[in-house]
This record gives sequence, structure tokens and C-alpha cells, in this order.
Amino acid sequence: MRSARLHDGAGATLNADALRADARRESFGLLALLSPGLLLVFAVIIVPIGWLFWLSLFDEAGQLSAANYARFFEQASYIKTFVTTFKVAFTVTGACIVLGYPLAYMLSQLPRRAAGVCLIFVILPFWTSVLVRTYAWLVILQRKGLVNTWLMDLGVIAQPLSLANNFAGVVIGMTHIMLPFLVLPLYASMKTIDVDCLRAGMNLGASPAATFRQIFLPLSLPGLASGVVIVFVLCLGFFVTPALMGGGKVIMWAMRMEQTTSLYSNWGAGAALGVVLLAVTLALLGLFQWLLGARATGVWSQR
Amino acid sequence: MSMENSLPISHRQRLWLYALGGLVMLFLIAPSVIIVIMSFSASSLLQFPPREWSLRWYESYFGSLEWRDATIVSVKVAVMTAIVATLLGTAAAYAVNARTLRLTGAINALLTASLIIPVILIGIGTFFLYARVGLNNTLTGLVIAHTVQALPLVVLTVLSGLRSYDMNQEMVARSLGAGRFSAFFQVTMPQIRFSIVSGALFAFITSFDEVVVSLFISGGETTTLTRRMFNALRDQIDPTIAAISTCLIVLSIVLLSAAQLFGRGR
Amino acid sequence: MLLSLAQTALPIGISGIEKRFGGVSVLHDLGLDVAAGEFLTLLGPSGSGKTTLLMILAGFVRANAGSIRVGGEEIIAMPPHRRNIGMVFQNYALFPHMNVFHNIAFPLKQRRVPAAETAERVERALDLVQLKGLGERRVDQLSGGQRQRVALARAVVFEPRIVLMDEPLSALDKSLREHMQIELRNLHRRLGMTTVYVTHDQREAITMSDRIAVMNAGRIEQIDRPEVLYASPKTRFVAGFIGDSSFIPVECRNGSVWYEDRKIRMTAAAPSSGSHLMVARPEKLRLVADGETAGKANVIPATVGDVIYQGDSFICYATLRDGRQVALRDYCRSDVLAKLPRPGEPVNLGIDADDVVLVAAD
Repeated sequence: MRSARLHDGAGATLNADALRADARRESFGLLALLSPGLLLVFAVIIVPIGWLFWLSLFDEAGQLSAANYARFFEQASYIKTFVTTFKVAFTVTGACIVLGYPLAYMLSQLPRRAAGVCLIFVILPFWTSVLVRTYAWLVILQRKGLVNTWLMDLGVIAQPLSLANNFAGVVIGMTHIMLPFLVLPLYASMKTIDVDCLRAGMNLGASPAATFRQIFLPLSLPGLASGVVIVFVLCLGFFVTPALMGGGKVIMWAMRMEQTTSLYSNWGAGAALGVVLLAVTLALLGLFQWLLGARATGVWSQR
Repeated sequence: MSMENSLPISHRQRLWLYALGGLVMLFLIAPSVIIVIMSFSASSLLQFPPREWSLRWYESYFGSLEWRDATIVSVKVAVMTAIVATLLGTAAAYAVNARTLRLTGAINALLTASLIIPVILIGIGTFFLYARVGLNNTLTGLVIAHTVQALPLVVLTVLSGLRSYDMNQEMVARSLGAGRFSAFFQVTMPQIRFSIVSGALFAFITSFDEVVVSLFISGGETTTLTRRMFNALRDQIDPTIAAISTCLIVLSIVLLSAAQLFGRGR
Repeated sequence: MLLSLAQTALPIGISGIEKRFGGVSVLHDLGLDVAAGEFLTLLGPSGSGKTTLLMILAGFVRANAGSIRVGGEEIIAMPPHRRNIGMVFQNYALFPHMNVFHNIAFPLKQRRVPAAETAERVERALDLVQLKGLGERRVDQLSGGQRQRVALARAVVFEPRIVLMDEPLSALDKSLREHMQIELRNLHRRLGMTTVYVTHDQREAITMSDRIAVMNAGRIEQIDRPEVLYASPKTRFVAGFIGDSSFIPVECRNGSVWYEDRKIRMTAAAPSSGSHLMVARPEKLRLVADGETAGKANVIPATVGDVIYQGDSFICYATLRDGRQVALRDYCRSDVLAKLPRPGEPVNLGIDADDVVLVAAD
């Protein structure tokens, strides 16, 4: 105590410079660990996207204008692309809810070991190449594909159904690809629902159906919401399946971007499409985070 | 066992649920199973189940120089991506976990940006940038682009490993005379090595299966397997792709099991 | 050579420590001297800054300003691994991927001690903590007490200048904890290392320490030998934190002390003026029978509330005239038992002039 008083006055700043220097050294060290990764992300994502954004502000004559954005409202083909994209996204998301909720619910109610085995059915497709899965659906659904062959062999139909190369094909293929993105976060959130809470509900006289409706369902909604948001957002920018299974008839946002830039080399227009897509994506994710205070990207750390 | 997390509802009452869940599981797994079986068909027609069996599609895959070259490119890129992404991702995860830096939220968002930014935008942007710096159709360009996409997975996996690890151990090691690096390699890394290896495997699969960005930035001698497959699928349905797909499925299973085994630890 | 730190033990001089977390001051101008070979305890409630101070000593938390000198050398900005400080954490933090031997050999390995010497020193350290022959055990095969000992052996095997301990016994159950307190104390006597020990358990602090620094809200309230802290606390906080006490308000006027209309006799020097609190330890109070000559004792009238019989002793809660409750404890000698008061009875509480301690009223 006495020595402290001796230093009083000067005490407040004793070695403060050395300590600040030491703190800076540590920060630099940690920054050095971060910087290679951040630099790459910056160079490959931030810079090009910023550049594209800049490009989108100029028309073909090189004049600053909103022409690239205005055409979205004027040209019917763009409007059709947006309508198609949202139609696909809503349909696929809906299908994922209908298929994914019961599966996640079943998984959450199974004993641990059985749930682990069943989870393989969700995780394996998740990690199987999108191309492979799209190819599989092409084989199954196309004109001379498995489904049509079977149905015709069985005499159910005389003419092959058109299942691939149209809206239905895109929706089926994409639902298959998106389903794990909905099931995994939903399952994780259902696992955290306190069973005692449900038991209490049933002990208080609620029927199993009422317990589910009044307790389990509301508690599982945040998990469902995070799955829905991620699926919807991924659908908006999805490329591979519609490109391969749309048969040129289902033009989605991402395909439109690819065509505008690769086929027509209209970078301004393609960039503008990208900017709007990014804005919509970030807005949806931001809205979700604001409403529920959670990050929708959690799915990637769960698989 | 069943009491631990289930309600007093009998399995019989749940039958409809199991049936529904089973159907959805079938929907998820059937395409892969069908492809694997079809890849052994002797016919070039799509028949299921195949009437005759053969390995001709595998012969066609391995016998084709184009497919082989593309596979080699993909393997090279995936291996390098896994190495680079694991190094950078682990270092970044460590720094993020130290939490002494300001702006941790912004740093996190930047590191995981490629998960939420539409891939098509990354593809077009990368192509656009690479065109100016001459990285299109190069292995380096592919490795860089794939590393950015694999980085978040490594960061998230290693971070979750670090969060379940007791940082006091590293502090003790440092007080006992090990420098920060040395303490990390002697004490921390052996205990989170399973997360690191899982992260590396995820990075490998991410790169190997990557389609959209590769469509834009790979070509010529550096055409990746996925790009060649995409083009082949656009033209016609060649059963060789079933054989390739089977190989990819097997690869996924092997890598996933490895990640699972490592993830469980010891 | 026996493992001994007596020659290497060094004094610590801490001064002017400032620590702010996001603008909130946690430690302010804190100073403290630890003698070579001393066992000093930082005692305080959670949030008092004791662990922060320990972490600053170890180098895991960086102070905003201040000086730490170990044997004259400034270490405040030195990285932890060069400070030569042995540290024992609350959860032991043993390395689960190494066996007991390699855990204890770890600091020696960092110092590139030759293998033969390492083996010998680890053996001695194991012997010291009574774990002879357990070197090959895996960490998860050890009991809580054994883990504690391994952590201890690991912290002293490299003959550090200082040993820091952060509530090392709090994870053990009561009887083992008491046993380990004595063992730690003996170990300290044998090795003579300068030790800074953090705890919130005042009993543990009293049992083990040469000196205790009582911390509150980022300041050291008082630092002294346990018996001095107990007998003459300087602040109400110290009196309340170490041992049980009741507080009786008194007035000081012209050098004499008054409780209501009674003059309080005290041996220690009385403050000249102001409101103060008299520290009444339960065992310093006794029951004074009517008519009994109080002698040097001060007598305070009260009404009995509850009497709790505890076998060897009893506790009597009494209410003073102003409604304040005080506690009195005495042994159940037969003469006392015979006169045990009943609830509601008036009693006289006596406290010797020698035992009167005043602290400032806050």
C-alpha cells in the first residue's frame, strides 16, 4: 500500500507506454493470423462485387445512368425471370416445409442412436455433388426416364409425362437439393425443446395433438424460420439445377445473369442483376436476424 | 433409451409419422442409389433395374483422356484448396476466438461472406477480376476462388472446436514456459486436431464438388471435372456420368465417414 | 539436491496497477508488496478484482498501467512464458493428451532440460505431492485430489520465482479441501516459494496465509497477518468479511466513546470524534448476570431473541434497544448452560475493553 502512495500521481501512467506497445504487438500478431484469409475474401469477393456494382451504374455508352436497373421494370423478359424465380423459390420452400417438417420431427423424437442413423439420409445427400443429384433426377424424370418407363410398362399412361425440362423438373430437383438446408437447423432446434415441457402439457390433460399444436409447434418455429430463410435465399440465386433441368424454358435469376454476361457480354446489365440479387438476399437475411436475433447461416456449422 | 427424449406416446400412434419420415428419407437417398446401380448397367438405355451388368461405363471414364485430365485437375485443386483453406482458416479461427480484437463481428461476417453471397455473383465477379489479372484457366486462380468458398467451413469447424476446448490449458502452457505458438502446437492443436481435419475434409469436398465458379474461371487444360460434367449433361445423357457420379458419391461417403470418425475424437 | 525454491524465491513489488475494462475501472492505483517466500492470499468477494490482479501477475490480462517487480526486475510487459511463474488454475487445466509424467515434465521440456534430469526432477516432484509411481497414469484416470496434486507438481517442478494459485481447491469437496489446505501449507513450508493465492473463502485464507490482502471493489481494504485482520479490522468490510460480526453504533466525543448513554471503555486508542461502529464478534461477547461485577467489561443491555443449541456451543441472538440484532456465541460449559437465557428475557451483554474495535460507519 505504501509503495502505491509513493507512486501516486505518476502511478496512473506507470509503464503505460510499454503496456500499450505490448497490446499493439498482440493485436498485430492476431491481425497477422487473420489477414491472409481476410485478404483473399477481400480480393475475390469484395473487390469484384464492388467493381460490378460500379459497372452497373453506367449504360452501354459509358454514361452514368440507371438504365441497367430501369430495364428490369420495362422489359417483359426480365419481369418474367423475376416472376419465375420467385415462383420457383416459393414452391421449393413450400415443398421443403411439407417434406422437411415431418422428417425433422421424426428425427427429434427418435432415440439418439436411431436418429443418428437416419441423419445419414439427410447429411449424405447434403455432401453429394449438386451435379450428381441433378443428373440423377434427369435420369429419373426425363421423357425416356425411369418414371415414364415404369408407368408405361405398367400401362398407367400411354404417353410419357413431361417431368423434366420444365417447371416441375426444376422444382423437384431443387427441393431435393434444398431439403437438408431446412431439415438440419429445424432438427437442431427441435432437439433443444424441453421434453418436460411437453410432458407437463400432456399431464395437464392436453391430447397429444393439442400438445403438439400448442407447445411443440410454436417452440419449433424459430428453427423452421431459419431453415426457410436459408432455403429461400439459396433458391433465389440457384443456378445448376434450373440450367440443366429447365430445358431452356425456366429461366431463373442466376441463369439470366450468366446469359447476359457470357452470351451477350452485357456486363452492366448482368452486374445490375447481381447487385439486386445480393441486396434482396442480404435484406432477407438481415430481416430474419433482426426479427429473431439469430444467424440463418448456422446451418453450415451443424452439418 | 426411448424415454430420454420422447413423450409417452406409443410407437404405434406414431406409425404415420415414421411412414412419412421414411418416405422423405427415401426421396433423399433414392437418386444416389439409382445412379450407383445404373452405373453398372451394360445398356446405354436407361433401364432400371438394368437387365445386364458391366463395367463399361467405368472403362469409358477411366479410358478417356479428357475425363482423366479433368479428374486430375479437380484433385489437384481440391488438395491445394484443402491445404490453403485449412491453414488460413485455422489461423483466422484462432484469432477470432482470442476476441481481443475490435470489430470481431465484422471480421466474422467477412470470413463467412461466401456462404451467403449468391455463388453466381462470385462466379461472374471472379471471372471479371481474373480476366484483368490473367488468372482465368489457371490452377492458381481455381485454388484461390475455391479457398474463399471453403474458408468459412474451416473457420466455423475450427471455431466450434476451440469453443469446446478449455483455453486455460493454453494459458497454463504459456505460464509454464511455452510461447504462444509453441503452446498452440503442443497443447491446443492436439486437442482440436479433429476439428481441423474435419475442416480440411469439408474444404476438399467443397472444392471438388464446386460447379458454378469453376464454370466461369476454368477451361482448356484446367477444366475441372464438374465443369466437364456440366457441359456433358447439357448435351446429352451419357451413362459415363453415372460411373463418375458413383465415384463422387463414394468419395463423399469416404470423406464424411473420415470426418465423423475424427469428429468423434480418439 | 532436493527440490527447493528457498534460494530462488523472490519478493514481488506491485505498484500503481490500473485496469479498465471498456472504460470501467476494475483496479485503481493498486499497490502491494509480497516478501520473498511469503504465502499471500488475495481474499475478496467475486468482482473484487482479485482474479484480475492474479491474471495481471501471470501476464494473461494486460494492465493499463502499473509496475510489477520480481526481485527488482520489471515484468509488467513481459510475455507470460518468460515470467517464470508457476500457475495453478481452478480447474487444474491438466493436458488430457499427456500422461501425468509428461504433464509435469512440460515446463522442463520448454526449458530444454536434459531427459535424465527431467526424469529425476519429475520423480522428485511426484514424490513431493505423494503421487509416487503414478507417472504413467492418464489424466482422466485420476481423482480430483490427485489432479490437484499433479497441477501443483507441474507448477513447482521448474523452480519458478513465484507460484500463483487461482482458487485451486474450490472444485474439491469439503473434507478433501481441508486436507489439501494443510498439505498445500506444508508444501509451501518445505519449498519456501513466494506464493500468491486467490480465494473467496475467508476460512481457507486464514488457515493458509502468512498475510491476507482483503480486496473490495478493486481496492485493497487491508493487508495484514490473519490474526491481526481478525483482531483489528480497519474497515467495516474487513470486519464483516473475515469472521462473523455484528456492528453496534457508537459516538465519539472528545476522545471518549459513547453507546447511547454509556461510556465505552477501550484499551486501543479511541478516535476523537464522529460516528463509528463497534465490531462485536460473537465469541467476544458474553452474558453478564445481573449484579455480576463487569470488571473491565462494557455492558450493553439487550433482549434475547433466539437461542440455538449447537452441542459444543450455543448461539444467542439478542436485540439491542435500537432494534439491532447481535449474535453471541459461547461454549456449553455447565455453569453457562445453567444460566442460558430464554427468548424474551432481558440480558446484559459484556465485551472487554481489550476486545473493543471501532471501524468507521459508512
